[in-house]
Amino acid sequence: MLKFKENLPGYIFFGFALSAIAALFTIAMFIFREGIPVIIEYGFINFITGTTWAPTRGDFGILPMIVGSLSVAVGAAIIGVPFGVCCAIYMAEFAPEKMKKVLRPTIQLLAGIPSVVYGFWGLVFIVPFIRNNLGGNGFSLLAASVVLGIMILPTIISISEVSIIAQPKTYKEGALAMGLTRWQTICKVQLPAARSGIIAGIILGMGRAIGETMAVIMVLGSAAQIPKSLLDSARTLTINIGLEMSYAVGTHRQSLFATGVVLFVIIMILNILAQYFTRQRVKKV
Amino acid sequence: MSGNTANKIEIKNFNFYYGNKHVIKDLNLSIRANQITSIFGPANSGATTLLRAMNRLSDLEPSTRSTGQILIDGQDINDPKVNVTDLRRKVGKVFEIPAPLPLSIYDNVTYGLKFLPGKKKQEILDTMEWALKTAALWDEVKDRLHDPALGLSGGQQQRLCVARVLALKPEVIIIDRSCSGLDPISTSKIEESLIKLKKDFTVIISPHNIAQASRVSDRIAFILMGELVEENEALQILKFPKDQRTSDFITGRFG
Ligand SMILES: Nc1ncnc2c1ncn2[C@@H]1O[C@H](COP(=O)(O)OP(=O)(O)OP(=O)(O)O)[C@@H](O)[C@H]1O
Ligand SMILES: [Mg+2]
Repeated sequence: MLKFKENLPGYIFFGFALSAIAALFTIAMFIFREGIPVIIEYGFINFITGTTWAPTRGDFGILPMIVGSLSVAVGAAIIGVPFGVCCAIYMAEFAPEKMKKVLRPTIQLLAGIPSVVYGFWGLVFIVPFIRNNLGGNGFSLLAASVVLGIMILPTIISISEVSIIAQPKTYKEGALAMGLTRWQTICKVQLPAARSGIIAGIILGMGRAIGETMAVIMVLGSAAQIPKSLLDSARTLTINIGLEMSYAVGTHRQSLFATGVVLFVIIMILNILAQYFTRQRVKKV
Repeated sequence: MSGNTANKIEIKNFNFYYGNKHVIKDLNLSIRANQITSIFGPANSGATTLLRAMNRLSDLEPSTRSTGQILIDGQDINDPKVNVTDLRRKVGKVFEIPAPLPLSIYDNVTYGLKFLPGKKKQEILDTMEWALKTAALWDEVKDRLHDPALGLSGGQQQRLCVARVLALKPEVIIIDRSCSGLDPISTSKIEESLIKLKKDFTVIISPHNIAQASRVSDRIAFILMGELVEENEALQILKFPKDQRTSDFITGRFG
């Protein structure tokens, strides 16, 4: 009994920890229970390779949405990674203390801005800019990539910075003492050594881009078609759910849950990959 | 003074500060070419600090400051005209805690050469072999040059770090806390190599004990709390120290 009393705090906190896992399971169970029947009925292959989305007519092809989600993730990475990694290098290697004191909170602030604000900014600046200068109506993969590329910056910067800083000092000093220039030291020694961590950051950033809903709805449009150019509108998995859930019923509604299942699986895969790379970083350093 | 040995390095009124901490105090010292000079003193005397200043690795630490001069071949190394990368190629350094880069053994030795313009592959291979042999490591690694260097034992890693400095063919070789943590056999191999090397290089070490200092040094500079106490031929310092503090240290009365 005394023993129980002693351990009580442990049990209580364990209960809370368990509830986090329970929440994940409940959500997953719920989505899968609602979504799986449609996938089985319509055929898994048909579901993920079908190109026509006309739920009221019984067509549930979500390939356009899968392509849409992956495209914006890749687009966001193409825009966010060079900026993010360079910014991380600056913070880790060059920024004087005072500069870091300004930069760190700024980047945190960037992470704290609600996504609807990003979307709004994209709608007011990026979309018209593309419409006026590049053509099309502006609601496009390009616009979504720019907005998401900025949204994922904080993730990429902070994880990359940590993995550069976490390296032993001997890497940098050793390389410099071997007569490598500062450029060579960064490009040939420090960045490769931080590679796993940086990749983990990029993957997490892409996961964030794929999961984003509000901002993409506002700048990507929602055409359920496979985009052919950067200036085309497209639809992501999240948009598909977000736009139609409010009025969908019956099989249509279930097919949105099925979309959620696919989204869930993609995000899971990305997170597992990110964890794999994060663990590699720890092992190596 | 023997006439055939010129001074390679002249340290003049050198002071070094970490923030407000005055670590090297008005130090004057000449280091001769083609000799092994030991910089020696009890713990925290400033040997590492002084050796790091000689190829400006101390630049990397923020809030450090120095006054006075370090002249190598008559050139002040802190002169803004000096190219730091060239300086570091000229003054090769093995760290107090030697650690290879997370690369293969081969890359660790050749990385410094790879980026030099106009180096032929064969030349690089020859240099690598020579460097590894001189560092007494060749036999142990010649069959696994492309394995990761971090998989080597501590002693092997240490010799690898000596090899990667040799591969640069610097003019000055600095080895901080040489051979600490090495087994006696590797230690004597490296010591033998050092003695051979001085024909072509200027060698500066911070020996890890008096025995080592006496085995390899031509000259010894005894420093204490960042001040040079005395500098002389090794035998003179070890047998007939002029300063009481030196003899106290050598006879083991402190430090
Ligand atoms: N990065 C640093 N910041 C502040 N003080 C430092 C730093 N590095 C060294 N010091 C201080 O400078 C003094 C000299 O240190 P240094 O490492 O140069 O001595 P050392 O003779 O090499 O010592 P050891 O015998 O332990 O190798 C010590 O008091 C040390 O605490
Ligand atoms: Mg030291």
